[in-house]
Amino acid sequence: MRLKSLVLGVAATAIAVTGTLVTAHAEELYVPSLSYRTGPFAGGGIPFANGFADYLNMLNERDGGIGGVKIKVEECETGYNAQKGVECYEATKGKGALVYNPLSTGITLQLIPKAPVDQIPVLSMGYGLSAAGVGKSFPYTFTYPAGYWSQMSSILKYIDSNGGLKGKKIGFIYLDAGYGREPIPLLEKLAPKLGFEWVGFPVAGKDMQNQGSQWLNVRKERPDWMIMWGWGAMNATAVKEAAKIRFPMDKFIGNWWAGAHADLDPVGATGKGYLAANFSGVGADFPALQDVKKLVVDAGKSLTDPDKVGDVLYNRGLYNAVLVAEAIKVAQEKSGKKNITGADMRDGLEGINLTDARMKELGLEGFAGPVKGSCADHEGGSAIFIQQWDGSDWKRTTDLIPPMTDVVRPLLEEAAAKYVSDKPGWKGQECG
Amino acid sequence: MFYREAGQFKTNYKADQAIFPILQDKIGLGVILVIAAVIIPFFGNDFFINSIMIPFLIFSLAAIGLNILTGYCGQLSLGTGAFMGVGAYSCYKLVTIFPDVNILIHVLLSGFFAAIVGCVFGLPSLRIKGLYLAITTLAAQFFLEWAFIRVAWLYNYNDSGAIEVPTKTAFGIAVTGASATPMTRYFVVLGIVVALTWVASNVIRGRIGRSWMMIRDMDIAAELMGIKPLNAKLSAFAMSSYYCGVAGALMVFMWLGAAEVESFNINVSFQVLFMVIIGGMGSLIGCFMGAALIFILPIVIRSAPEIVGLNIGAATAEHITQLIIGSLIILFLIVEPHGLARMWQIGKEKLRNWPFPYG
Repeated sequence: MRLKSLVLGVAATAIAVTGTLVTAHAEELYVPSLSYRTGPFAGGGIPFANGFADYLNMLNERDGGIGGVKIKVEECETGYNAQKGVECYEATKGKGALVYNPLSTGITLQLIPKAPVDQIPVLSMGYGLSAAGVGKSFPYTFTYPAGYWSQMSSILKYIDSNGGLKGKKIGFIYLDAGYGREPIPLLEKLAPKLGFEWVGFPVAGKDMQNQGSQWLNVRKERPDWMIMWGWGAMNATAVKEAAKIRFPMDKFIGNWWAGAHADLDPVGATGKGYLAANFSGVGADFPALQDVKKLVVDAGKSLTDPDKVGDVLYNRGLYNAVLVAEAIKVAQEKSGKKNITGADMRDGLEGINLTDARMKELGLEGFAGPVKGSCADHEGGSAIFIQQWDGSDWKRTTDLIPPMTDVVRPLLEEAAAKYVSDKPGWKGQECG
Repeated sequence: MFYREAGQFKTNYKADQAIFPILQDKIGLGVILVIAAVIIPFFGNDFFINSIMIPFLIFSLAAIGLNILTGYCGQLSLGTGAFMGVGAYSCYKLVTIFPDVNILIHVLLSGFFAAIVGCVFGLPSLRIKGLYLAITTLAAQFFLEWAFIRVAWLYNYNDSGAIEVPTKTAFGIAVTGASATPMTRYFVVLGIVVALTWVASNVIRGRIGRSWMMIRDMDIAAELMGIKPLNAKLSAFAMSSYYCGVAGALMVFMWLGAAEVESFNINVSFQVLFMVIIGGMGSLIGCFMGAALIFILPIVIRSAPEIVGLNIGAATAEHITQLIIGSLIILFLIVEPHGLARMWQIGKEKLRNWPFPYG
């Protein structure tokens, strides 16, 4: 008798569980979020994941989702570890995932070859493989609003307009990983073209907080400008070390992963004048962010600290969600279905057109530059701006600085061709 | 009662010296192989095969490699991750240089490069022992990691510094790259792991394996009895590194699909070392048990809340997983310092006498 009831009980629970699983599948836009709230890079991962989830949840609260279909954001913890990232990918792809935002160059590299096979696009927003912005060779990969090479060219442009680039010596300090090494080919190609000299200072992942020797070399080499490709604890350490050798802060530019509140808060006034690239708005003075605050954060539906809304990385995550939401909307319009698939989502991402007017409509006027995708261009051609740390907060100091598309684009296409060349079965797409 | 060999008579030496002399073991192994080769591929979903079974088998192979060195020959090594890296990078180079050769041959060949590197870093073991040797293998780990970053030839001067696996076919079926089905890759990994485990079990039972164990138990006595420490230690380093190298090549080509140097860092060395210690030093079945505990259990615990319908957030689940795994490791080591394999051994003896307390 007891055995019988036990068996019945187990069976009933099993049916109930599978039942909920089945209903969970229907009528939902499933967006996995590969986040990292643990590990050495959690300081950057947490605000990003919060911004991403909060914006999509706000759309659920305010508009009832997109096109009347609710969005389901599910986080999977990667710890910035490529193996765990792939595990997350395998665990979530079967649930009808629309798009992956790996938030790590290492994970992106692993997902790029999987994307066309599983027909789920990868949106590596401002990170990952630069060449993946070439739509012809990488139909399923997007690097909106700009890749690393474009960013580097914008930074060089900024230097050029602030005292000239010719004859100058540029120091490049970078995290010695795929991410940090990514812009080196561009520097190598551009240096003779634009007449500057560059020196690299690699920082190994385990020495992020121990950069004494690199900065000793910086002192020896005496570069006119320093550019940094850092992440996590490396950024604050570098700024502190730069201050120690009295390197002028307003000649020290971080890329967009080296210019967040989390990086400069521990440095404080010492870092005053430090510059960083950015592509998403600073602060919470945007109607959409106010909606997020009101409907999600104040309603207790978010994991974020209310003060952190509007932080650089929070806004970056939010901007990532804006791109995803916009692509879903375009995909729904293009395919005429409400419940879209990964392949529809790819078309949606390709057809994205975030003009200034559209950004205003979204309540994000001036939040970021316009992004327009096409079959050939998966980078969006958006511009970046430079922000400056004033000792306690980031202030945007420049207008949008468009990248040197004429120089970068051919190099990207060359790199894409190289990537594809040793993969015989690789499928690109024809762009009319 | 369940595990009694009563009535199984051996009539020749061959039967007496078989790998599995007891009928129940043979049946058990048969059942496991049927489950692994038939039931799992046909009933497991992609996630189960791709993210649990394939890496589990690969880590088991790496653990066997380290167990040969540490468990059987008594030489502590912290360079497993780097030796796996040597296998992966040499397989990648082999594929680039000889694109037309069958990928399976490349995978098996790449282990030899790891074996050579392992021998070179094993030379100090003739002079130094124990923790000091661990430190020299640690040097191997750091040196090789450095080489994987700095020697751009190893990754074909890729801008990203990562090695990416092209689609390769064997006998007309895609076995690597994104278009290879999980099932194909699973069968390849399973085949290689089973074959290499069988080889290892025979080498260990034979003359070479016995010389390793003699060196482990007392090197001076072994030397007096005519075992050359040079041969014994270096052969252990070579075979161990070969296994690690093949595991590394499988890891990149059959599981990850692309890898940066971070995939072979010191954490991997420690992970494999934990598998060996928890599974049981000097036991092949322990390698599989250790790999299961260290690799599969976290995934199971992490996904448990979701399966029962609890919504606790990915980060919290991760923290809880680490807490549970950490305490389990301590618990296992207190309850049975000789590892899971020893527990299994005790369990078998219990089963033999059950239901009577004394045999």
